Order: sequence, then structure tokens, then C-alpha cells
Amino acid sequence: MLEQSPKLIHAFGALAELGQEVANKNNFQETIRTSLHLLSGALGIMRGGVARYSRYGRELNMLAVRGLGDDFPLSLSVCIEDERQFLMNGLNAIDAHAARVLPFFQVYAASFDRRRIELFVPLIIRDEIVGGLFLGEKATGEPYSSYEKEIICAMGRHIGVAISQRNLLAEIERHSEENRRLFDDLRRTYADTVKAFATAIDCKDKYTEGHSVRVGKYTELIATELEWSPEQIEGAATAGYLHDVGKLTVERKIINAPYRINAKESAELNKHPTVGFEILQAIHHPFTDVPLAAKYHHERLDGRGYPDGLYDREIPYIAKVVNLADSFDAMTTDRPYKARRPAIDVVDDMRRNAGKQFAPELVVAFLRGVLRELKSETKDRRFRRLLGREYMEAEGLMPAISDALNELEPTSSLTYIATRSS
Amino acid sequence: MTENLSFDTVPTAEPASGPTPAIVIAGDYLNKLTGEKIERECKDKIDAGAREIVVDFSQTDIINSIGISILLGVIDNAQMAGAKVVFSDLKPESAELFDMLGLTKHVTIQ
Repeated sequence: MLEQSPKLIHAFGALAELGQEVANKNNFQETIRTSLHLLSGALGIMRGGVARYSRYGRELNMLAVRGLGDDFPLSLSVCIEDERQFLMNGLNAIDAHAARVLPFFQVYAASFDRRRIELFVPLIIRDEIVGGLFLGEKATGEPYSSYEKEIICAMGRHIGVAISQRNLLAEIERHSEENRRLFDDLRRTYADTVKAFATAIDCKDKYTEGHSVRVGKYTELIATELEWSPEQIEGAATAGYLHDVGKLTVERKIINAPYRINAKESAELNKHPTVGFEILQAIHHPFTDVPLAAKYHHERLDGRGYPDGLYDREIPYIAKVVNLADSFDAMTTDRPYKARRPAIDVVDDMRRNAGKQFAPELVVAFLRGVLRELKSETKDRRFRRLLGREYMEAEGLMPAISDALNELEPTSSLTYIATRSS
Repeated sequence: MTENLSFDTVPTAEPASGPTPAIVIAGDYLNKLTGEKIERECKDKIDAGAREIVVDFSQTDIINSIGISILLGVIDNAQMAGAKVVFSDLKPESAELFDMLGLTKHVTIQ
């Protein structure tokens, strides 16, 4: 043993380097290539290869080769019997000549003989074959000693762990990708359901057909102008689509009344925000503010809204956004008792009510979006599609919006200082 | 162990032409980085027709396992191409290592 000491010291140095290489989490292919170098260099092995095992295809696919030549197979099939024998053998070196009884060594005998493959080591980690080592003759020409086989197995264990970790990571990545796809499918289903619900709400009101869908789109436009994140924009749109869900419980004759409804009917209609909240809060929404938007979308900054008469900061922000979108749609669509208002009037109403009914910064964001489209600064024709080209190209609309924006820009002091009067 | 070593190991070679041996100079530390350069250099010389490759180890103090593996690859390539490999100016420790691992059976030492 004493005369073997320098060899052992050299081999242990390589083993230590291999451990470090595997732990370093470098590029996987490079780790395997370096591992093969370290193994060959530790014992003076002329040629060899490291393969990864595919359980599904029952194949050993070469990850790194040294000196095996172009004719050595890069993918080697393993039959059930081979697999069984390898598992029984465990992570131990198999003499390629002595193992000729196994189909694997018979099928590839010619390739092994040509490149003088002497040892095959199945890499078995946690009772699973993860790969294999193919090792050619030693430079000394001597047969492998038992202690050299031990060193090979010790190094093989490191390489096996590296392959196993890589497989595990790939599996996690696959699952993660699958989960992402499932999540996307769920989100699409949710969005489609929300839109279907909005259409159902709108069906109840023949005079305001498409109102919920349009409010959903206006809400989305405002959120986009405010540069919210994609998730927040999606959530805002959902809140817009579902804001009137409470109307499903209001009598059709009140909703469809072709006249201004009386106080009793109005009281009945005004219950829809609270009813909507109750319906929506029972659902686990990905966007938590959706029920709040339904409940408070008729609140005003000046406290004159309903159902709770909340003031400015007491009103959830999403409800302010939906309120603006809702009011804008009400002003720009024909009602049974009232024709839609000209675009310039609507802009003027928004300007006048900024700080009273509407949050000024939301009016600014909304009008900025309209102006950008009118000036063709954006490729989208979102407002034109919703309101009609003729309506949007009304004479004097652009200057009216510019004037309103100049007045409402954040430097102005229009923000209503809302306090609940005692 | 390797942190304080110089990596001034870019191998240089004299052009190979006809029967003149191609000389490749190994740097002070023969590891993966420098070894792969030597391997490329030797392959280029053999592809260019050199039939004798002399690897000059006069500056080489340390050779790690990866360096050994790469030299085995150089030897294997040369043998396949029918070329001869000569290791020159080996330090005693390097000679001992090569002898122990069997490299000296495949090369001429000078």
C-alpha cells in the first residue's frame, strides 16, 4: 500500500476537485466534461465517456466523451434485463468483458472492443439509474486494481449526484412550466367568465346594452393610462365588467323604465351596489378589490354619493376609477329618457366635476388617453371603436380636452379637500 | 492551492513544416484552461502535417488531473494520426507523476 501512496494522494486531489466542481453549480455540460477529465487524469485513463440515463427511452445518452472516436454510439439502448442487473449491481464497476452475458455488452461489444472499453459503471443514485461511465484502458496498460475501482466509484457518485440534481431541476422546471400554463388557462377562463357575466348583466337592460362591457373597457383604459401593472389593469377591467352585477336582482321594469324613475323605484335601484358587493364578496377573486368597486362605484368625492355617502379618501381607489368609467359611459350613450351628450359637453362635465364627483388625476389620465388617440400618438383606436368615429371627431373636441387638461394638471389646486362635515 | 499562481501560461509554438518537430511550450501551471490551449495547438500541428510534437515542460511547475487527462488526449490523437509525442525538459516531480500514471509509456522523454 505504501508504494501506492503518491497515486492515492494524486487521486484524492482529483476527488476533492471533483467535489468542488459539482458543488459549484457551473454549466452542467461543462461540469460533466470537467468531471470526465478529472476522472481520466486521476488514474491515467486513456479514454472514456459519461452518459445520462433516460428512464423513458431506456437509453444512455452521452454527455461527454474523450477519445472514443466518431463511430462510438452517442446513444446506447438498455433493455429491461440490463436495467435490472445494473440496479442489482449498484454503483460498482462492471468489467465489460466479463459481463458479456448481458445483452447490453453483447449489442455494443464491437464498439467497446474497438475503443478498448474495459469498465462500465452504472451511476445509481437513490436506487435509480441516472447515468453510466464508460472507461477505456489505463495508460499503464495494467488492469484496474480494486482500490482504483473504489476511487472510480467514489468519483462516479459525485458525477451521479450532479446528473441527478440536474434531472431534478429539469423536472421542477417542467412542473413549473406546466403550472404556469394551467394558471394561464385559469386566468383566461376567469376573464371569459367575467365577460360572459357582464354580457348577462347587460342583457337585463335593453336600453344600456353593452354598458358593463364598455365600463370594463374604459376602466382598463384608465388603468393603462395610470401605468398600472398588467395584473392591476386586468383587475381593474374585471371590476368594471362586474360593477353592476347587483342589478341582476333589480326588477326589469325599473331598469328598463322609459322614463325618469320615481323615488321608490330609485331607492330599489340604488340597492344594486350593496347587493353586488354581497354577490361578489362570496367569490374568491384573484383581484381583491372587485367587490369594493361594485359597492362604492356610486360614491362621490364630495360625499353626495351612495350607498354610504363616503368622502374622497374613504372611497376605495378602484371604485373611483369605475365611477369615472361608469359616468363617462352614461353620458356618452343614449338612454330611454335622454340622448347622449355631445363629446365637448362630456369633457366639460368631467372638468367641472373633477374634485367633486371624480378624482382629478383620473380625469386627467382619461382625457390624456383620449387626446393621445385624437392626436394619433397611439396606434390604438380604442375610444373610436367604443364611441364611433364621428362622435370622437367632433369639432373643437381637441382644444376642449387640451384646455381641461391645462386646468386640471397636477399643479392646479382643484383637488377637493374632502372631509366629513361634523 | 492555485490562487496565488501566475496564469501566464499561454502556450506558444514554433511553426511545423516538414520533418521539423512542432514545439509546444506548456506554461507554469498545466490545468484545464492552459491544457485545452495546448491540446488545440497540438491538434492544429498534427492537422498541418507535423509528425512529431515536442511538448516543452521547462516552465511547468504544477500539473493537475485535468492537465493529465488533456495530455492523454494529446497522446491519443497523435497516435491515431501516426505522430510521435516527445515530452522535453520535465521537472522530476512531473516525470514521476507521468511515470506513475503511465504517460511515459506512450511518449519519448528528452
